[in-house]
This record gives sequence, structure tokens and C-alpha cells, in this order.
Amino acid sequence: MSLLEAIRLALGMIRAQKLKSFFSAVGAFVGVTFLIAVISIVNGMDHYMKVDFAAKLFGVNTFSIVARDRVQIGRMSEEQWRAMRRRPRLTEDDFQAVHDHFAGRALVAAESDAGETVYSGTQHSRNVEVRAVSPDYFNIRDIEIAQGRLFSPQEILNGSDVVVIGNDLAEKFFPSTSPLGHTIRIESFTFRVIGVAAKQGNLFGQSQDKFAVAPYTSSMRRLVNPHHIVDAIMVKTPDLASMHAAMDDAQELMRARRHLLPEQDDNFHLETSDDVLSFWAKISHILYLALPMLVGISLVVGGIVIMNIMLMAVSERTREIGIRKALGAKRRDILRQFLVEAATLSTTGAVLGIITGIVLAKIVNAISPLPATISLASIIGGVLLGVLVGVISGVYPASRASRLDPIAALRFE
Amino acid sequence: MTDCVIRTIGLTREYAMGSEVVRALRGVDLEIERNEYVAIMGPSGSGKSTFMNLIGCLDTPTAGQYWLNGIEVSKMSDDELARVRNREIGFVFQTFNLLPRATALHNVELPLVYSGLGSKERKDRAAFALQSVGLGERMTHKPNELSGGQRQRVAIARALVTQPSIILADEPTGNLDSTTSEEIMRLFEELHTERGQTVIMVTHEHDIAEHARRVVTLHDGLISSDRGRAQAA
Repeated sequence: MSLLEAIRLALGMIRAQKLKSFFSAVGAFVGVTFLIAVISIVNGMDHYMKVDFAAKLFGVNTFSIVARDRVQIGRMSEEQWRAMRRRPRLTEDDFQAVHDHFAGRALVAAESDAGETVYSGTQHSRNVEVRAVSPDYFNIRDIEIAQGRLFSPQEILNGSDVVVIGNDLAEKFFPSTSPLGHTIRIESFTFRVIGVAAKQGNLFGQSQDKFAVAPYTSSMRRLVNPHHIVDAIMVKTPDLASMHAAMDDAQELMRARRHLLPEQDDNFHLETSDDVLSFWAKISHILYLALPMLVGISLVVGGIVIMNIMLMAVSERTREIGIRKALGAKRRDILRQFLVEAATLSTTGAVLGIITGIVLAKIVNAISPLPATISLASIIGGVLLGVLVGVISGVYPASRASRLDPIAALRFE
Repeated sequence: MTDCVIRTIGLTREYAMGSEVVRALRGVDLEIERNEYVAIMGPSGSGKSTFMNLIGCLDTPTAGQYWLNGIEVSKMSDDELARVRNREIGFVFQTFNLLPRATALHNVELPLVYSGLGSKERKDRAAFALQSVGLGERMTHKPNELSGGQRQRVAIARALVTQPSIILADEPTGNLDSTTSEEIMRLFEELHTERGQTVIMVTHEHDIAEHARRVVTLHDGLISSDRGRAQAA
């Protein structure tokens, strides 16, 4: 009997006993559903973190000088934490020094931010990210202006209270008119809107358009930080190689400014998108470690179920085996028939699992901010696992069937 | 031995039943020639079922030799026996032994599946075999949609489809009423006279055995009588 013939026979058997077949294949089904769904979601996250998240949050070929590490991986000892709290903060002078140092080679911007309630007329909006920045901020973060304009050099110099607002604020406060020329109020300061930024979209379901940006020389500086203090100095270089060179440069410059001795550690941090990505890598690593266990458990259980069902099938169909043997079926024909049946059963479960897993991933994609992409490798892996589980759990029942004595099997009632 | 299909010398089969040894066959010598129509008779416990299993290559003897078509099969392995059953022997059972979920056509096709024939040729040959037993119209019926006589015809078609050296029938009318039995016996008669098929039938009914040209009677594991021997020669 050819393999194709055996598969056709097995499919016929599954069709004849749909419900029973489904229950026997449920383990393979659940295991593969898990596999596909989790891999799709983790894969999607991976892509998202690398392409969207890192680029949006940090910008391409960009690093930031910050006083304290903002992304923390793993546990930090009390000692380390205290040391970090004691670090001096960055100042506007630091920014000026870095800016002058990289003049012509890289874009440098100072950035400070805080969460504030913004008022306009009778309306207000809570938890708006208000930022005080230097002009190159918009270039570094790649924020385009949809309406109006950026700060003029004169406004920077004078410290004019002008703002560029995000799309969310524009829509909320000025739904029917142009926001340009109108004012918004933050605490006791009034700012004139001169521009609206192009829509940035969402990041993990959080709108990136709820912000108001003013020059670092304006009143905004008093809202975000103590006098002369900045949160971060951002440096953007033309390419990745020069970014690493610039990081070394910046480190040297900052150490010199802070009079650090060679044996002293840096009391600042150079932050890149790698910080976030390595944090993510750690999370996804854990997920990828847990996944085989989840999938493994359901596949082992599924395999045992299939083995039992097949043992039952062998005793139910003893007479059929006798007939087949009397008509000339060899041991390996019977062995193959039952092996293929077990494999077909679990592969059918696996295929259903793949479909369900894909649907699940799509649902997660649609109703949550978590993105999901389905990988071909996981689909192929799912099918192979299905076949493997079937073959392994089919070996014992099939060999029992093949060793049946034809005379006894024919007489079996 | 002009044209011997079956030749046994001192065929012996013993079973271990607990600590006792049951001697079901105690040295049977028998020759059956091509185109013979032989009935094997005997009361229950005479060893006729054991003899039939040995002749049908479903079992191997404890001692003695058995040639089928001039080939010694008594020392063959399981797989070799399976091939011999497939090519040389057509079984007809008392309980029909059809696959309940398969159509008549597929049941008849089954032996050809194991001889490795292509799907198209299998279907053609199975359809032809079914037509030759008068069931050309019932090919897509399943066994439970057929009468007892029709089921036995399907089984006979299945036995014929490989063009075997011998048809081995084990109480072929045991589950049939007398009219249907007559019908089936006429079919065997036809196979024997018109196609020259060698037929060996195991039965304990005298009137069924009367259809055969030669009647071999077993008693306590030995041949006690052999009537009508020379007819086919």
C-alpha cells in the first residue's frame, strides 16, 4: 500500500468519525495554536520594537546624554541606586559645550519635559507632555510641521512664549478653527501657538500627539526643570559608524567637563535605542524560553491521547486487520496504515491549530495595540510538530496491530 | 505429480494449551491437482480448521512439508506468507469478512491494493470481478446494504480478483438460508466447470459437500477417507 493510499484511507477514517477525531487531536491542536499565536505576537513585537518603537522614541543614529539611566535592565542594588541619585544633573552649559563640540558634524539638541495640564479657553487637557527644547530637536526627532512654522532664531534668542502643539491638542482645543495665533495656558504662563506637528500616531496604544513644545529659552524652562537644568542632550549623526565615534567623543568631553579621574566611573549615561532593545530582547528571550514548555506540555498530553485512541482503534478494528492480513497485507502495510492514521490525525489537529493561531494573532492585532506578524517558519514548524507527535504516539499501537496473528484476528468478535 | 497445486507430506500442527500439547493435525499427506473441486469434511475437533489455516498460509506447520504450486511454503516468514496469500489464494469465509465501511467495489479492490497495482487498473479489475458474479449494479453499495447472498458474492469476487491458484472456502454457506446456499453453490460450480478454477471447500454439511467432485474426510487429525480422487486427473 502506497503512502498516498494510506493517507487517503486515514482521511476517510477521520471524516467518518469527526467528533472523535477532533477530541483525539485536541492536544496537538492546542499546542500548535499556542505556538503560532505566541510566535506571531512576539515576532510582531520584535519588528515593532526595532523598527517603530526605537526609531520613534530615539530617532535613527541618535544617542542622548542623560544623567541617569532611564531604561533599567535587571535589578539594581541599593548602593547603585543611591550612587545614581547622587549624580549631577545636566546643565544648559553642558548642552552648549556639546553643541559647540559637534558643530558641523552632528545635530545637537537639549530637551526637558514634564507632564502638565494645559488650558485653552474653558477647556483643559491633563497629562500633556510639555517640552522645552532647542531648535534642532525637531530635526533629530523627525517631527514635521503640518500647519504654521517652527521657532524662529529670534524667538529662541528672546525666549518668546510660543509653542508647537501636537495633533491631539489641536483637535481637542481647536476643532473647527486653525489653532495658529491662539493661546494656550500652562500654569500661569500663556503661550501662543505658532505650529501644529504632523500626526505621530500611537506607540503601544499611547498617543504620541499629546504634547506642547516651546523653546528652551522660554517660560517653559521653568515648568520642566530647575534653573539651567536639562533632562537630555540629544545627538544625531549622519550614520551609525559616526554615531559610535561621536559617543566616544561625547563621553570624553563630559568626563573632562566633570573632572573625572581615570579610575572614576562615568556619572552620566549615553542612551541609545540599544538600551530599550536589549531590554526587549531580555523579555522576548523569556517568552521564547517559556513557549517550548507550554507547547511541549500540550503536545505530550496530545500524544498520549492519540496513542490511547489508536490503541482503542486497533482493538476495535482487530477483525479488519485480520481481513487485511488474510488478503495479503504484510506487517509493514499494517504498521504504515496505523502510523499514517495517527500522523494524519495529529497533523489535522495541527493544521486546525495553525488556522486558529493565525486567527487569534489577527484578533490580538485588531483589538489591542500589540502587533502580530505570522511567520512562515512557525507554520512549517507547526505542521512538522503535528506529524512528529502523530508518528511517535502511533508507533506502539501500530506495531501492536502489525503483530496480530491473522487467524486470531479473523476470529475476533 | 503431473500438475499438483497442493502437496502436503506429514503435515503436523501442535498447540500448547497450558501444560498440555494438543495435536490438531497428526501427519496429513494430501495431493490436490489443478482444476479439482475438493470438499474437506469432518466433525468439529477433527482438525479441518487447522488444516484449512495451513493450506491457506495463515499458519505454519509444526512439522511436515507443504508445497503450493511447487514452492515449499512451510518454512516461509510472515511476510513471504502474506505475499503467497495475496497471489495464490482466494479466501471465502463463512462470515463474509467484508470491510463494513467500504463499498463492494473497494472490498473487491483490497487484495490488489496489497499487490501494488495502480488505482485505475484495480478499479477495472474489481468491477470486472463483480460483474462476473452478477453484482455489476451494486458496486457502490456497502455490505450492510446487501443481502447475505450478495455479500458472499462480493467475497467471492474478492477471492477471484487476483486470479489465484486456489479458492479456499470455509463453510461458505454456513450463514445463508438454503435457497441462497444453492445459489452460491451454483456459482462455485460455474467457477469450477467454466473457468477451471481449483476450489477447496471446508464444510461439515453433507449436502454441501456433495457438490464437490472429491470429498476428503478428516478424523482426529488424520485423513479417514478420500472419495473420488481420480476424477480430475
